[in-house]
Amino acid sequence: MIKFVKRPEPSKAWTIATPILAVILTMILGGILFALMGKDPFAAIRTIFWDPLFNDQFAAYSRPQLLVKAAPLILIAIGLSLGFKAGIWNIGAEGQYIMGALAGAAVGLAFYPTDAWWIFPLMVIAGGIGGFLWAMIPAILKTRFNTNEILVSLMLVYIAEQLLASAALSWLRNPEGNGFPGSRNLSQIPAMSNPELIAGTGTHWGVVAAFAAVVAAYVLINKHMLGFQIRLTGESPRAARFAGVKDKLLVLFCLGVAGALSGLAGLFEVTGPAGQISIDFGAGYGFTAIIVAFLGRLHPVGILLAGLLLALTFIGGELAQFMLGLPSASIQVFQGMLLMTLLGMDIFVNYRLMIVKKEAV
Amino acid sequence: MDFGSINPVVLLASLMVASTPILMAALGEMVVEKSGVLNLGVEGMMITGAVCGFIVAVETGSPTLGFIAAAIGGMALSMVFALLTQVFLTTQVPAGLALTLMGVGLASLLGQNYQGLKPPPVSDLNIPGLDHLPVIGPILFQHDMMVYVSLLSIAGVWAFLKYSRAGLILRAVGENHSAAHALGYPVRMVRVMAIGFGGAMAGLGGAYISLVRVPQWTDGITAGYGWIALAIVVFASWKAWRILIGAYLFGGITVLQLNLQAAGAKVPVELLSMSPFLATIVVLVVISARRHGASNAPAMLGRIFHASH
Repeated sequence: MIKFVKRPEPSKAWTIATPILAVILTMILGGILFALMGKDPFAAIRTIFWDPLFNDQFAAYSRPQLLVKAAPLILIAIGLSLGFKAGIWNIGAEGQYIMGALAGAAVGLAFYPTDAWWIFPLMVIAGGIGGFLWAMIPAILKTRFNTNEILVSLMLVYIAEQLLASAALSWLRNPEGNGFPGSRNLSQIPAMSNPELIAGTGTHWGVVAAFAAVVAAYVLINKHMLGFQIRLTGESPRAARFAGVKDKLLVLFCLGVAGALSGLAGLFEVTGPAGQISIDFGAGYGFTAIIVAFLGRLHPVGILLAGLLLALTFIGGELAQFMLGLPSASIQVFQGMLLMTLLGMDIFVNYRLMIVKKEAV
Repeated sequence: MDFGSINPVVLLASLMVASTPILMAALGEMVVEKSGVLNLGVEGMMITGAVCGFIVAVETGSPTLGFIAAAIGGMALSMVFALLTQVFLTTQVPAGLALTLMGVGLASLLGQNYQGLKPPPVSDLNIPGLDHLPVIGPILFQHDMMVYVSLLSIAGVWAFLKYSRAGLILRAVGENHSAAHALGYPVRMVRVMAIGFGGAMAGLGGAYISLVRVPQWTDGITAGYGWIALAIVVFASWKAWRILIGAYLFGGITVLQLNLQAAGAKVPVELLSMSPFLATIVVLVVISARRHGASNAPAMLGRIFHASH
């Protein structure tokens, strides 16, 4: 009889091994899925994971896209990971991402057509504040009234999507756009654009911010008292309270940081790769970032790697759609499966597998 | 704007139709939570049910078979959650999220060739003798089968939890799984069955959207109903008859805002469309503020059970 015995401490080796095993297992399961859909599984997996990086024909275009897609995922996931560590479940990053983009774009467009160096930095600040304030709604409701932050932050995604629609259709619509929905193209206005900083790499300010966030989170979690309190609260809320952790402050901090980072991600996206506020601006980065955070084991370096991998699935997914006619939804299923297999394998981190002889009852 | 175009009888009748999907999903989730499990995958199970029901109904021409397929589809997806949380002892919050992420993708994948098709109509089951009553008749007694099924299942779940031995065991598992285990009750099995019931109900609710309410298949058709259902369980303080009130309240808001949109109210459409979500937040705040922490939630909600003996 097989029995799971709880480990006194999570296994370090399994902590690192499980994400890798989960990726491999998901590739196998995904391959089966693709085969069921009548596609060659090996060709599909190669197109998703190999061709965007190494194919002579596509790599030149795809490689820079890797950083473009990974940056918002990493920025958002770093913020989410702080809360997840402490058992604070902000799952409304998508809404905070949209609000950051809206706030930043609105501030920038208010100064149109002024051309000054300070406009872009001002937009960045506004974007961060927009996301921060949106995240403060579930945070304050939780600390004041003990309202469930999971549901509130999620509801706010739907509300943000409606605000986005109204912005694209009315109050931020391009007055010279011949009545088409969508704002002015911010990436074509020099004072507001977030350009590629190093040609051919995809590096824009959002990528810089993402790397900075990884370093800052690493320092915070490992070297700072606040990081210790976050970890302590996650592992034992009662012990944390006895140790004098101000749990309400922690809620505000974790949600606030996640909101600000998500808002920044939205701002860098709307001024760069997306270019404008449009109805379909929310592309689901806020939800995929949840997978990134878990796949990265809530560790900054892990999140960096996981962000790159999930970005690869987006790019490879598009390529597979183009080359093999693989439906775009299959990539979403693939990403969902990845999170599931990872969570399922967590048991090896926290439990030991033991084969015991059946005891006499 | 023309309020005169809003007929209160039609409004109330469509309220019942609009509420049914949320009612079923919320009722199923309430049973799951009563057993001590928090499944955040309601949205994913609903949309999977919606697509399964739609496909089978279109292919067979029978809405009834569609609903059966929807229940099976929702239950099948919920079994993935059961496997993760009950066998592999995964934390329930991320497992539920994963279920929603995967369910939404899976539904979109399955339904891609079914966009724009019309499902077979679900016929109304007029209750003889009552359906011609003035006012009350059209509001209450001229609905399709599933509306009555949803109302009966409220009564059924209420009676099951209150009077049956199995219901008592389910509540015991949700309130104290260690004690229930020590008494010899199969904690995991009870929870797996509860999760399966929740999945089937969410699937039925989803299919009601794609077969009756809309009736069509489009990506993301459940549009957050699964999440509202989760909020309604909190609103209802885990009581079956309160689920009815909660679901009808939100059905009412949904129908009212749609009618106001149609009547050309001088309120932005986006504000009307977000109103059910705004109302959900307000209700959650009011409920949680009033109870000051000491909530009626099952004590083991979201906790992992691992029998060491």
